[in-house]
Amino acid sequence: MSTAKHNTVLHVADVHMRFGGLHALADIDLEVEEGKIHAIIGPNGAGKSTLLNVCVGRLAPTSGAVVFDGQVITGMKPHQINQIGVARVFQTPEIFAELSVLENVMAPAFAKRDGAFKLNFMKNLARESEIREEAEHFIEDVGMKAELETPAGSLSRGDKRRLELAMCLIQHPKLLLLDEPTAGMSRHDTNTTIELLKKIKERGMTKVIIEHDMHVVFSLADKISVLAQGRIIAEGDPETVRNDPEVKKAYLGGAHE
Amino acid sequence: MLLLPKKELITFLIFALVVLTMPIWLIPFGGAYPGLMQKFAIFGLMAVGFNILFGLTGYLSFGHAAFLGVGSYTAVWSFKLLTMNALPAVIFAIIFSGLFALAIGYVSLRRSGIYFSILTLAFAQMSYNLAYSVLTPITNGETGLALTLQDPRVLDLAFAERGAGLPPVTLFGLDMAGYWGFYFTAVILIIGYFIAQKIAVSPFGMMLKGIKSNQNRMGYTGFNTKPYTLAAFVISGMYAGLAGGLLAVTDPLAGAERMQWTASGEVVLMVVLGGIGTMFGPVLGAWIIEYFSNIFSAINEGILHDVFGFLPTSVQDFIVPILALFVGEGWELTLGLMFMLVVIFLPGGLIEGYRRIMARLGGDRENGKSDAKQPVAEKAEDE
Repeated sequence: MSTAKHNTVLHVADVHMRFGGLHALADIDLEVEEGKIHAIIGPNGAGKSTLLNVCVGRLAPTSGAVVFDGQVITGMKPHQINQIGVARVFQTPEIFAELSVLENVMAPAFAKRDGAFKLNFMKNLARESEIREEAEHFIEDVGMKAELETPAGSLSRGDKRRLELAMCLIQHPKLLLLDEPTAGMSRHDTNTTIELLKKIKERGMTKVIIEHDMHVVFSLADKISVLAQGRIIAEGDPETVRNDPEVKKAYLGGAHE
Repeated sequence: MLLLPKKELITFLIFALVVLTMPIWLIPFGGAYPGLMQKFAIFGLMAVGFNILFGLTGYLSFGHAAFLGVGSYTAVWSFKLLTMNALPAVIFAIIFSGLFALAIGYVSLRRSGIYFSILTLAFAQMSYNLAYSVLTPITNGETGLALTLQDPRVLDLAFAERGAGLPPVTLFGLDMAGYWGFYFTAVILIIGYFIAQKIAVSPFGMMLKGIKSNQNRMGYTGFNTKPYTLAAFVISGMYAGLAGGLLAVTDPLAGAERMQWTASGEVVLMVVLGGIGTMFGPVLGAWIIEYFSNIFSAINEGILHDVFGFLPTSVQDFIVPILALFVGEGWELTLGLMFMLVVIFLPGGLIEGYRRIMARLGGDRENGKSDAKQPVAEKAEDE
């Protein structure tokens, strides 16, 4: 805690997570600086998704705390954490399959404008032109303008993921957590997503990104934390991490030789 | 502000017309008498409200008959204590069933899926047993709550002398037992339908659909889903209470059997038969079930012989006993078969059947009577 700087957006402080005998996260101490893209990499089963779940309130850590924007968020409900400015993209896209693409993106805009609950049933959705226009703008941003009225469930996997990204972006979150945003995408789609993420970076949004694809990590991240067996084994800028012998041994293996 | 989008407005106007012309188009079906039409309107209303919870939000309640019962008891008490005027009775019915739904919903909605359904079922059965035995001073137990000559009726008797017999339920002088009773319930059904349509096209309605679609994502999107589901539960409970109140308006008597689980199950059948999540489907389902239980159940072998009178006697003697199994006492057999066919071949209900026919007749005409969202039917087909 003593090392926390005033521009730290997210501080994961001494977090431990045990599932029965499994020590999924051990003594994790992580600081995410404002406006940066912080990548968390590591082999399968290293605890990356568990860490993300702790950050969004899906899991309560066995011990330790998560501080977001000066506020302890451990123990808060997912919707409360979202309301103070944390949005999340899931590994398997979590969207509203029965709603149209447009409605999928309008819903988070309502959450941002009206809060966690509002009984506004006398208003017509069609008359919410401001929110509609904003949603259209963000859908265009992710290149899905043609799909406005398509039921989200019938989209391709890559499109679902982009849709989910638009759903997060429309909320202008202070912190965006991305769980393997390019998994299952073609090389072309991956590059489009990287460009998109770079574009958002210029808007000053902080991002934590979990990723398998080294191409994505090294072209985006400002800082990388390497997780292995529930511990952070290395941390630093991409160059440092790339050359770290521990990392090579634990994760990159022979792939980069 | 109060208006609907154009497409929904047209649907609404057609619906209002269909409801108000019921005394005409029901004639060929032999159902154009006030008693049945009142039931059409009342159970249509109940199904519309139930659909807000089940169709939009995706929570299947097996306890809505409890609210129907509360509405009936409340209305009869309003007749007994205050006035024979129908309006205060239905208003009190809505308020009390709403409060009741708030309490039951608050507890039941701690769970979802099958656990939620079972909790609501348990609460409804509890209410039924309470009404049947423990709460006899309020519900008059198994005899049922009825009007008596000694009722205080403070508001009525402040302005007029006590008459000789039991007074009828009125709405500012109009007798609620006959056609006026039908028009009163019909107008309330139309208002209830309008409000349900408003909900479906509002941001609130979209959130309910979001909860049905992916409650997890709703949470991570910043919505507190609990008050949304509770609001949907209370609103649908109020619809059921209103329906119960109207039952008492058309016939001022309330019995505990109205709260039994079979009554809760019936409204589920109505919605599934007509089309889950569609606007008109639940009403259609309610009408069909009411029609079957009132008309089909009255057909006997004599009537069948009349119908097939043009056939030779030997053929008649062969056909009639077979068909007789499906009418009269066997009407539920027909309904059950119909229900099975719908669930297997038209998982989107009869409305889906209508849509398929329309789609086959000509692609661009599928936007017919119902404004239901296509995805619902598509999802059902996927499964």
